[in-house]
Amino acid sequence: MTSPQIEIQLIAVVVAIACAIPGVFLVLRKMALISDAISHSILPGIVIGFFITHDLNSPLLILLAALTGVITVILVEAIQKTGLVKEDTAIGLVFPVLFSIGVIMIAKNANDVHLDVDAVLLGELAFAPFDRLMMFGADVGPKSLWVMGVILIVIVLLLIMFYKELKVSTFDIGLSSALGFSPVILHYGLMSISSITVVGAFDAVGAILVVAFMIAPAATAYLLTSDLKKMLWLSICFGVISAISGYWLAHLLDASISGSMTTVLGILFLGTYLFAPNKGYFSVLYRHRQQRIEVSLLAFLLHLNNHTEENERHVNHLNEHINWQKVQSKTVLELAQKNNMIIINDDIVSLTEKGEDFTKLAIEYIITNKDDKIEHMKDDFFLFRG
Amino acid sequence: MKDLKIAINVDDLTVAYNYKPVLWDIDLAIPEGVLMAIVGPNGAGKSTLIKAILGIIDPIAGSVSIFGKPYEKQRKLVAYVPQKGSVDWDFPTTAFDVVLMGTYGKLGWIKRPKQAEKKAALEALEKVGMLAFKNRQISQLSGGQQQRIFLARALVQDASIYFMDEPFQGVDATTEIAIINILKSLRKEGKTVVVVHHDLQTVPEYFDWVTFLNVKKIATGPVKDIFNDDNLTKTYGINYKVAVNK
Repeated sequence: MTSPQIEIQLIAVVVAIACAIPGVFLVLRKMALISDAISHSILPGIVIGFFITHDLNSPLLILLAALTGVITVILVEAIQKTGLVKEDTAIGLVFPVLFSIGVIMIAKNANDVHLDVDAVLLGELAFAPFDRLMMFGADVGPKSLWVMGVILIVIVLLLIMFYKELKVSTFDIGLSSALGFSPVILHYGLMSISSITVVGAFDAVGAILVVAFMIAPAATAYLLTSDLKKMLWLSICFGVISAISGYWLAHLLDASISGSMTTVLGILFLGTYLFAPNKGYFSVLYRHRQQRIEVSLLAFLLHLNNHTEENERHVNHLNEHINWQKVQSKTVLELAQKNNMIIINDDIVSLTEKGEDFTKLAIEYIITNKDDKIEHMKDDFFLFRG
Repeated sequence: MKDLKIAINVDDLTVAYNYKPVLWDIDLAIPEGVLMAIVGPNGAGKSTLIKAILGIIDPIAGSVSIFGKPYEKQRKLVAYVPQKGSVDWDFPTTAFDVVLMGTYGKLGWIKRPKQAEKKAALEALEKVGMLAFKNRQISQLSGGQQQRIFLARALVQDASIYFMDEPFQGVDATTEIAIINILKSLRKEGKTVVVVHHDLQTVPEYFDWVTFLNVKKIATGPVKDIFNDDNLTKTYGINYKVAVNK
């Protein structure tokens, strides 16, 4: 690997981690759309900042542009508070206007400003290593790596300091407020950090990819875990994996780096959506199929429980009596046998002691909806997991 | 009620949503050590009253004091159980973690829960009979179990005053009895418990103090004195009759 290659990947990894952390909270707060709005509406802030500083990596420009991001959030909430339109409409009203103002500003000053809309939206990671940071006359690395590095350190420090506050205000805004952790301060803190991250990253990776790095890893992690800390770690991992493999995919295809990274993020999400152990598509499909069989099993056991006469309990009569297809009868019989709930003598089915207990408890649960006695059944049967 | 020390004092409280008043000029003094129900029809402002007392909603007029001081200074004396439906139960966390959140208030900003807090959370889980479920993801709990977790979270706050917004909503009979027993034992310890309540039939059995609310305060006082058809009719607007076991 050449040194620019390493630098590009390093920048992408730092951006991925810096985006994944606020992204988790945005996704859990159902505010993913806000990050999209911020990523566009920072444009006028960037343009004004550029007029003043003539440097896309200047801290002043980053703060000015981040301010535009926070203003976006304030405007969206103000419109929403009128009660006339819903949040998504308010978002759709605000960011195109701010973005257009930025576009007009660039167009009117096209001759003086080396800035175009494409660059802001799509970024160009391949050029990032050309813009070097010079310190005391020495080249210390690409500027965007330094900018994003500092932003990442700030984000990690804030996360460590305010993890508990962010958690409680995301989960239960009422409790957070009652405990004295002002949800307003935390909300705008998160919004400010998200805005700063977007602004810091747009130059390197573009505003659209920033959104992808914020939302996709968090959404993917959400499908895999039910623990906030693990969700944060998983999001970071997904971001880093996409950054590196996306870079090499771009290398292989000779295509846009940011585009390839976003594609990898999409593929990762799709794969997880299909194959995640609990919330994934196939596992839900499997669970529903199992639940259907378990309901049949229960109906069958109940039938056995209610009938002592042998003709009602004959294997061949199952189809006629409970109106099942052959395949279904076979599946249910096998499931019951596997769990030692029935014994079959001369094609006559009888409940075992275990089968009787199971039936009794299951019926009691269905009638009373009290699940304290059936805890042990939850592991083997989906039906009782609520 | 020999000693009528006032725990919560609400003075001329008016709250409006979008300029529409939902609470009008409420004056309310809740004595220390009572187990009080707030009753009233839907939209009467019951939850709003609690939220305004806790500073979650800003009133447009009036003030609230907890043992004579503003709520902001008395946070640590107060525990709050919001409506179960007000949070997202798909949030990635466990029963234990939710209960642990009850300790955050006393910790204040930045400080992390340590062994002492974790021990307190486990004890609270035990009190509500949920210790076996401590590591379960909260979406995997039944409605009644979720309510018990919320109650445990309030218990861990070790407060003097407990506010609960419809703790019996959507819970099974066993959980309802378990919850009311815990509330009664809190009262025995001298704590003040304020509950937004829907089931008028159980008011005389569960509570010793009651406030009738319908945008305005209709009446407040001991259940045995004021829980009658007259106040019920005034509050609910129709001729309301309840079998009151006196």
